[in-house]
Amino acid sequence: MSLVNFTAREITCKIVYYGPGRSGKTTNLHYVYERVPETRRGRMVSLATQTDRTLFFDFLPIDLGQISGFSTRFQLYTVPGQVYYNATRRLVLQGADGVVFVGDSQARQLDENIESLQNLQSNLLEHGVDVRTMPLVMQYNKQDLPRELILTPADLDDALNFRSVPSFPADALHGRGVFETLKGISELVLKKLATGSPAA
Amino acid sequence: MTTTLNPRFTFETFVVGAANRLAVTAGRTVAENPGSAYNPLFIYSGSGLGKTHVLMAVGHAAKAIAAQLNIEYLTLDEYVEAFHAAIAAGQGDAFRRRFQNVDVLLVDDVQFLTNRKEMQAELLRLTEALQQSGHQIVLASDRPPAEIADLDERLISRFSGGLVVDIGIPDYETRVAILRRKAEERGSSFQPGVLETVAKVEYPNVRELMGALNRLIAFQAVNDMPINEEAVRKVLGIPSAAGSPTAASPTAASSPAASADEFSQFLTDVTATVGKAVEAWRARVTEAVMRWEGEGYRTGRLEKLLEQETPAAVDDAIAAYVQDVERLKALEAEVAVLDPQAAGDKVFRDPDHMDQAEAAAAKVRDGAAPPPAPSGAFPFDSFLVGLSNEVALNAARDVIAKPGKKYNPVVIVGRSGLGKTHLLNAIGLELAKKKNAVVACLSTQQFVDELIAAIDGNRVDWWRARYRRATALLLDDIQLLAGKERTQQELFNLFNQLVDADRQLIFTAPAHPNTLEGLEERIVSRLEGGLVAEIADPDKELRRSVLERLLTSQHVSIEPALLDYLADRPIDSVRSLTGIVQRLVEAAAAQDAPVTAGLARDVLEGAPAPRRSTGLRTSGIVVSSAGGVRSREKMVWDWPASGDRVIEDLR
Repeated sequence: MSLVNFTAREITCKIVYYGPGRSGKTTNLHYVYERVPETRRGRMVSLATQTDRTLFFDFLPIDLGQISGFSTRFQLYTVPGQVYYNATRRLVLQGADGVVFVGDSQARQLDENIESLQNLQSNLLEHGVDVRTMPLVMQYNKQDLPRELILTPADLDDALNFRSVPSFPADALHGRGVFETLKGISELVLKKLATGSPAA
Repeated sequence: MTTTLNPRFTFETFVVGAANRLAVTAGRTVAENPGSAYNPLFIYSGSGLGKTHVLMAVGHAAKAIAAQLNIEYLTLDEYVEAFHAAIAAGQGDAFRRRFQNVDVLLVDDVQFLTNRKEMQAELLRLTEALQQSGHQIVLASDRPPAEIADLDERLISRFSGGLVVDIGIPDYETRVAILRRKAEERGSSFQPGVLETVAKVEYPNVRELMGALNRLIAFQAVNDMPINEEAVRKVLGIPSAAGSPTAASPTAASSPAASADEFSQFLTDVTATVGKAVEAWRARVTEAVMRWEGEGYRTGRLEKLLEQETPAAVDDAIAAYVQDVERLKALEAEVAVLDPQAAGDKVFRDPDHMDQAEAAAAKVRDGAAPPPAPSGAFPFDSFLVGLSNEVALNAARDVIAKPGKKYNPVVIVGRSGLGKTHLLNAIGLELAKKKNAVVACLSTQQFVDELIAAIDGNRVDWWRARYRRATALLLDDIQLLAGKERTQQELFNLFNQLVDADRQLIFTAPAHPNTLEGLEERIVSRLEGGLVAEIADPDKELRRSVLERLLTSQHVSIEPALLDYLADRPIDSVRSLTGIVQRLVEAAAAQDAPVTAGLARDVLEGAPAPRRSTGLRTSGIVVSSAGGVRSREKMVWDWPASGDRVIEDLR
């Protein structure tokens, strides 16, 4: 799939929110959905369980309209975080232009974060994509929780951000850091697409 | 009256961002095509955002492309002041004519036209006149024409009829770029993140941004240690969370207004990114096309890039193009030195046919023979010094040490046979040893003949270029220029060019330049403007030195009586000593006797010279030194073979 079609003057970005279960990926998308004017957003497809856990994936298309003469569309996806939905994750990851890794800032979730990151790397490899070439940003969600329960962004950078990609502290429930994260990944993706080398 | 363009205010030193890209592009276009693209060009922005910079940059760029353009920059106040002064002096018409002849007029601070009806009328007249004559006018103001209070509708219409562009507040990335460039210009370096922290503050203009940078530079200098982000916030009074990703407050973000703003802001950011990242390659290509086209180079190769759909390898292609253009420039410059006419060839403007340019340059290079070099037969060490030539020799040493700097030109004067030619060539040989030296050393007659041949072959430019390359020009027997008007004209021009470039000029003449007949006054005055060094008749000491060398070279044992006798004889040139020694050696050989003072006396004071038994043919003419031929060096002792004589006769 992709991305900058100079002939049709279209830009299409597929951005995947990845991370361990309950880290806040769907919350990110909900927040964005609520802030995008109705005329610009498509229907958000969310297949959730009765307990509001993502069963399959969330999909939020956003039409940004004409930008510099390009008809620009963003497609935001989430993956199910639970370990046993790996096939779905791999499927959603296919053709992604950029990945937001939504980490859970709680100290007790650190192992899950690391495991999910490794899973991301392995799934990208399945698609023949080196994680080092994929536009990626980190979001450390739930920074609003009591300090004794969470790790600081600096600690999380030390533990997870070995590539020194842009990282954003966030409280997706209240919206803090959500658009900053989206802007961060958009910049990386657009710059990458502009070089004419689609990510996957 | 007009302000000189600030050399720092060029397009190269202007940081271009989304907020000012249009103004800069328009400015460049206007500079490349004055009077034809956007006329007038009206640039407006708040204070401190770069209006004056762009305005002056237009002037610099236009001047760089066409040096002959008459470009004037002035503020409206200066214009008003000049107008009033002209009216007071009754020179109103002259004032108008003066500005109507300006090719590119740059007027700053046009907003001060408010409430100046007479100046508005004057500026209207001038704008119309400049437009009609195809001259460019660029104006800058702190507001658009329609917002300048009390501005004549006709002026608003004129100004708006060209192109009105604004310069906005620079975005974050531009602010970072500006800070980095300014810090680099001032030789200051900061820890990573420091300048970015400053850039996050949305200063209303670049001047205040520079003020912030100045404070950091001063702080860092005073404390003699690198400033960190935290210290930056303290120094500049930035709240600790300002602008960081953690800045958004949950409460604010949740409000509906904030929600709309968040998406709008996101859209703005994405738009900026698309503008910069996705389509920037087309802008880069277009910019390159406009630039090189403006400089007269063919840009077909670059234009083809715009036809492709993706930006693959665009930067490499531009870099390769620029490299080729640089090579063309180098080739053209090289050719211009060798043959100015050939330098105008269009092959040096077509990067798509580098092979043709290389071939053309090679052809010129092959045809460009260096100017005649000094003769190796006259080494400097073999020039013997005495009182009679000491001044000339010292001048020669100074010239060799500092060519073109101390005495320029040097004219060596003296009678024939005193070593002028020797010294001239000797200096030439020494000068030729210097790095990249091109020493032209020849007789004036050869110089004249070459010019005639060049005129005949329609290659005068090539001939001129050949001598303009010279780092030193040494002409023997300058008196031979007498009556050669064209050669004197050419020498006059060459003289001025070489002297202006600190290239050394040396001439020889039989007498002081102002006594030479047939030379134009302008040539004479220039010859006298340097150093005229005279070589007098050789003194006895010099004669002894020369004789010792000559006799030694002929393997004659030097007895003091012989040396005294010969050195005491009156002679008028060093060259005649050579003749004397030659005669003695031949006489001694004929008599099978050594060269002694007695033999010398017999030979030189009237005893008939014995016929040579060497089998070589001689003229048979022997004239005593007191005889009819005054100078012995004029005697011909060895005639060429008859075949050679016939050829000479035929010539």
